[in-house]
Order: sequence, then structure tokens, then C-alpha cells
Amino acid sequence: MQLTESHRQYWRKNLNITAWLLLAWFVVTYVVGFYARDLSFTFFGWPFSFWVASQGSLIVYVVIIWFYARYMNQLDEEHGVAEVEED
Amino acid sequence: MAGMTPETEGGMFGASGNAAFRKQLNKVYTWYTGGFLIFIVVLAILEQMGLPRNWIGFIFLVATVLLYAGIGIMSRTNDAAEYYVAGRRVPAMYNGMATGADWMSAASFIGMAGTLYLQGYGGLAFIMGWTGGYCLVALFLAPYLRKFGQFTIPDFLGARYGGNLARLVGILIAIVCSFVYVVAQIYGVGLITTRLTGVDFSIGIFLGLGGILVCSFLGGMRAVTWTQVAQYIILIIAYMIPVVWLSVKQTGVPIPQAVYGYQLQKVTEKEKALIDDPKEKEVIAVFKARVDEMDAKLKDVKGALEADKAAATKKIEDLKAANAPAADIAAAEKALAALPKDEEAAKKAWTAARTAAAARTAPLGGMPRHAQQFAGNPAGDEKAKAAYETSRLNFLALVFCLMVGTAALPHILMRYYTTPSVKQARSSVTWSLFFIFLLYFTAPALAVLVKYEIFTVLVGTPFDKLPAWVSQWASVDPTLLTVTDVNKDGILQLGEMRIGGDIIVLATPEIGGLPYVISGMVAAGGLAAALSTADGLLLTIANALSHDLYYKMIDPNAPTSRRVMISKILLLVVALAAAYTAYTVYVTKQADILFLVSAAFSFAAAGFFPALVLGIFWKRATAAGAVLGMLAGFGITLYYMASNHPWMRTIFGVTDPVSLWNGILPISAGVFGVPLGFAVIILVSLFTPAPNKEVQELVEHVRYPSLAGDIDTRAT
Repeated sequence: MQLTESHRQYWRKNLNITAWLLLAWFVVTYVVGFYARDLSFTFFGWPFSFWVASQGSLIVYVVIIWFYARYMNQLDEEHGVAEVEED
Repeated sequence: MAGMTPETEGGMFGASGNAAFRKQLNKVYTWYTGGFLIFIVVLAILEQMGLPRNWIGFIFLVATVLLYAGIGIMSRTNDAAEYYVAGRRVPAMYNGMATGADWMSAASFIGMAGTLYLQGYGGLAFIMGWTGGYCLVALFLAPYLRKFGQFTIPDFLGARYGGNLARLVGILIAIVCSFVYVVAQIYGVGLITTRLTGVDFSIGIFLGLGGILVCSFLGGMRAVTWTQVAQYIILIIAYMIPVVWLSVKQTGVPIPQAVYGYQLQKVTEKEKALIDDPKEKEVIAVFKARVDEMDAKLKDVKGALEADKAAATKKIEDLKAANAPAADIAAAEKALAALPKDEEAAKKAWTAARTAAAARTAPLGGMPRHAQQFAGNPAGDEKAKAAYETSRLNFLALVFCLMVGTAALPHILMRYYTTPSVKQARSSVTWSLFFIFLLYFTAPALAVLVKYEIFTVLVGTPFDKLPAWVSQWASVDPTLLTVTDVNKDGILQLGEMRIGGDIIVLATPEIGGLPYVISGMVAAGGLAAALSTADGLLLTIANALSHDLYYKMIDPNAPTSRRVMISKILLLVVALAAAYTAYTVYVTKQADILFLVSAAFSFAAAGFFPALVLGIFWKRATAAGAVLGMLAGFGITLYYMASNHPWMRTIFGVTDPVSLWNGILPISAGVFGVPLGFAVIILVSLFTPAPNKEVQELVEHVRYPSLAGDIDTRAT
């Protein structure tokens, strides 16, 4: 099994997107969490950091995973590593 | 209930072709959902016609357990791929629903909103931790494990770290964390069954156990998957209806998640008023006096006990002398008999009484203000500053442990072996989190709406006009709800009520004034949540023993039928052992469900996560590194809990003084285990020779969904 340049590129892109999405995950969870007391301005009735912890972060998590699945499924096609699926 | 009939279910599993299979599933589960709603409506009509409450609870219990059993019997199998991974053809969306039910345990369904009610912002650590972990599952594990395509997590460890040692360590960790977790679930099943039907706890456990076993025993992963989809539908409907009702009642808007921010503002205002309320202060003063009284007694236990006995004896004599009614004398004699027997018992009882009273000397009945982030005050004095820092650190540490633990619990990771392809595994994580999200998005709303209802409607009600549910729940179990007129003014103050987190969800329908059939449905939803998680966990343990230990390590030539048979027998043994443990936990009242569940997360996080992630992302990680890393991470987590958690300390007989590192509570012990695990794996790997070519090829193999000239690691 010899890896081609295209394969290496595929893996690099995968690591890239993983790192960026992980950063988003980190910011919404730990950065907002760390400064929660300071981010108490009112946001549709909630204190902002309360809203992020109870709703905002959850929305971001779903979007992160959805985006990753979409991006990678496309990347599979572009680099010819997609599985042939029985349908 | 046409969708629930065996014929449709039976046909469903014989389908061939992924698209046709999916279509058929859609049809079956749409009918099923409709059937469930009709079932509720019929019961509601029967209730109006006078069906007694016990009957409603009983019908819910029997109907749902029979339904799950029916699906289990329909999908019984002896084929290994069907038994271990449901034939690897569960479409992404259905795998998402099954994972949702597998994931959301009794703790999520029953406990979480209660924790949020009691802790406010602090409870949101569970909301974030138990959802954000799926980002780690999606980014680091699910697609790669699916490509690897065997049956269990120790399978992967064994192949990647070439050898039985890594597999054996994996088996041990998988069993420890799953067993701890399953005990908590069976305990929950016992509680709900007892509530629904009024039977004894021990009978409740075994009734529920029957429901769990008939499913996983007969059909393994296949039966568990299709049952879990059915259970998800029930639990999500059951969770939503009461919250939407409360929301309409309070705000007129049927979308509680969108409007509870304004209710939170009102709760915050009411909290301010309650903190300054003179009547609340009276109640607090009573409890403070009680604390002082206990302190005085504890200073001289012997003298205080003698004085108490003398006073009680004198009271009886006085009553007899005054020719008081017999009932009064009997009561006084009872009071004398209830006094502690000796000094040791007295000391124990009074310390407990002191702790109980001390907990209620804080405003708002000891609850922090709902919207306040962390305890203490960063701008206050030294003590307030320290409290703030520790509280914030613990919040973030708990979030970390729950997230990493989510991405390492074998019963969840196993689910991603069941999808037809890597692509579907990725989408399946999205669906999983979406279905989990629906409930987790709602739980904080439920907590705020219930709090608003209690603060504004219940508090300030005269004791003789309290709604019926208060006395009903208080009579079920006084540890869950007690109301006493502490300051004798005839009106309920918040400080006079003690409510256990576990009844918030179960009592919401009654708090909102809904018919009893909704209460029955909510209990059935809780049962579905507990049963589905228990199913997945038992399967994980039995598979670790039968597949990994017996087949892979002891007898690799064992025929398929024997492997499956052994797995089934082990399942039975493990289930009985777990039920027995749950029963002893119940009898000895040492239960700390939240701790048990969180401990499982910390164990899984520290034991598995570093080895799994480095195994995929770092070709250089070696067997020696992984084994030592897993043991070190798991070991330090266990050590920290054993030396600091009161319950674990008694188990391990630890007598050294508690010493917290940086103030981190034992519940978040994984926060030390995970980094240590990573560090040990990396260091040891660098000092040992690189893995051989086969292992390197395996790593490349799992990284690409499809490669020309690819090796095949799929198990059959």
C-alpha cells in the first residue's frame, strides 16, 4: 500500500480542519466558561454566559460535528478515498 | 398500535439493500410513534372515566416492557456480526437515535433537571460536558473506529498495540467503568418500577431486569439497537410534553427553550426578594439555633444524653401525675425510646442533625442563586476570592472529565461500529448529538420553569392549602420532599421545604396540574432511559469477557455459536451481579448515583482516551507506552478518588487525611489522569523502538475510508 501525494494532502487537510474545529470547541466551552462571571450582560433575558452554557455551546457543538461530517465526506470524494456504499 | 405488531417488526429485519431497509424502518417507526400517542390518548380517556392511578402506572410498566421484549424476541440472533454489531447496516439517523437512548441514562432523564434546579449555573457543567464530548467522538474516534471495523474497543487496542497485554488492560478498564455505570442504571430502574406500581424495591429491580435481559440476551446488539430506537421515541415525547405545558401555562408560548430567559429574570428578582424576606430569615434563625444546640450537645455527649433521658423520663412522670390522656403518655414514652442508645449513637445522630440543620442556614434553602456563575466573589475578600477560583476551576474540570469520558466510554464508541460505512459513521455522530441535544436543550428550561412555579405559586401558600402532590410525594419518601412549618406561622417559606433533585422531573406533570396519565408517561420515559442504557452497558461487559477474553485470548478456534452462547451466559451473570450490587447499595443507603456515574466517566477518560487518540494520530505510539499510559492514567484517577471521596475511602479503608490537589473535587479525578496518560504514552514510546510495519499500515488503513490495495481488518 503506497501512499500518494494526494493521500498525504488528504490527511493534512483532515488534521487542519480538526484543529480549527477543536479550537472553536475550546473557545465556546473553556474561554467563555472561564470568563463566565464577566460575560453577564443580558441576552434575550439570559445572562450571556448562562445562555452559552445552556444553549449556545450546544448549538455550536452540533454545527461543528455536522460541518466536519460534510467537509470530510466531500474530501473523501475529491481525493478518491470514498467508500463504495451499497444502496 | 399497528406499528407494534410482531409481523411488521419481523419483516423489518429481513430486508435487504440499505435504501429499502431505511424506507421500511421509517414506516415502522412512524406507525409506532402514532401508536404510542394513541395509546396515551386512550389511557387519558380511561382516566377520565375513572381508571385508578395504580392501574395506569401498572399498564404503562407492563405495556412498555412487553413492547421492548417483543422487539427483542423478533430480532433474536446467533450470528456473530448481527449479535455484536447489528449486522453493520444501521442507518446513520437510526444509529443516532439508538445512541441517544443508549447515552441518556436515568441520570440524564430524571437527575439532570433536578441538579439544575438545585445548583443553577453549576449544573450546566453536565449539559456542556455530556454534549460537547461528542465533538471529540466525531473528530478523533468514530470514523476511524468504523474503518477499523471490528467488534469492541479492546479489539482496537489489541490490534494497534499488537498484543494481548494492551487488550487485557482494555478489558479491565471497560469492565470497571461499565459495571459502575450499570449499577447506577439498575438502581434507577428499581426506583421507577417501585414508584409506578408500588411493589417492593427488590421486586422492582428484578421486573426491570427481565425487560433488560429479554432484549440483550436474545438478540445482542441487533435487538438492543431496535429497542433503543423505540425507547428514544418514548423518552423524548415523555420529556417534552410537561415542559411545553408548563411553558404555555406561564408564558403562553409553547416553545419553552426560546422564552425561559425571561422566566429566569423573574426567578432572579424573586430570589432577591426571598433573601431579604423577614419570614425566611426567621426560618434561618431557627436552623442556626438548632446548629448551636447540637454543637453544645456534642461538646459533652455523655452529660447531654443523660440530661435528655432525665428530661424525657420526667415528662412521662409529669404527664402521669397530671392524669394526661393515654395518647400523650404513649407519645412521650415513644420519645424516650427514640433517644440514642449510647454515647456513640448519640454522637452520630447529633452530628448528622447538625449537618442537616447547617445546610439550611443559608438563604434560598441552601441553593445558590440560579443565574450566578460560580460561588464566592472575585472582588471580595481573600476567602471569597479563593472560593470563586476553586468553584470556577471545579466547574471547568468537571466539564473536561465529562467530555473526555463521553469520548471514551466503550458502550458509546461501540455503536459506531454498527453503521454501514465511514461516511455514515460521521453523519451518525451528528444525528446522535442532535437527538441528545433535544433533551439537553430542554432540561435547563424545565429547571427554571419549575423553580418559577415553586417560588411564585407554592411559596407563601398556607400549609392547609398546599396542593395534593406535596403530601403525596412526601409520603412516598421523606428524603425526596419534606415540608415542615419551622417558624410556626402557618405559611410555607422556601426555607421550610427540602426537595430532592430526583423528583423534579417525575413531579413536573403534577406541579403543572396535568392529568395522571402524563405522570405515568414520564415515569415510563425514565424507565426507557434507564433500561436502554443498562442494555448497552451489559452488552459491553459481556462482549469484553466473551469476545475479547475468551475468543481472542483463551480459545481463538471457538466456533461462532459458542462465542455467542458464552456471551449470553455472561450477560446473565453480570446482570444478576449488577442487580445484587444495586440492591445492596439501596439497602445500605450508601447510594451516590451522581458520583457513581461521574466516576465511570473519569475512569474511561483517563484509561482509554489517550491510548485511542494517539493510536490513530501518532504512528510512533508503542505498545509499551500505551499499556503503561493506560495503567498510569487509570491508576492515578483511582488513587485520587480512593484517597479523597468519603464513600470510596470507606471501601478502600483509607484513613489518611483528605488532601485535595488544587482544590479539585474527587468527582473530577480524570483531570489528572488524562494528561498523565498522554505524557506517559509519549515518553515511553520515544524510549521504545517504533512499531513494526504492519502496525504502521494499520494506522494508515484506519485514516483513509478506502485505499487501493487496502488491508482488511473487518471481523466476522
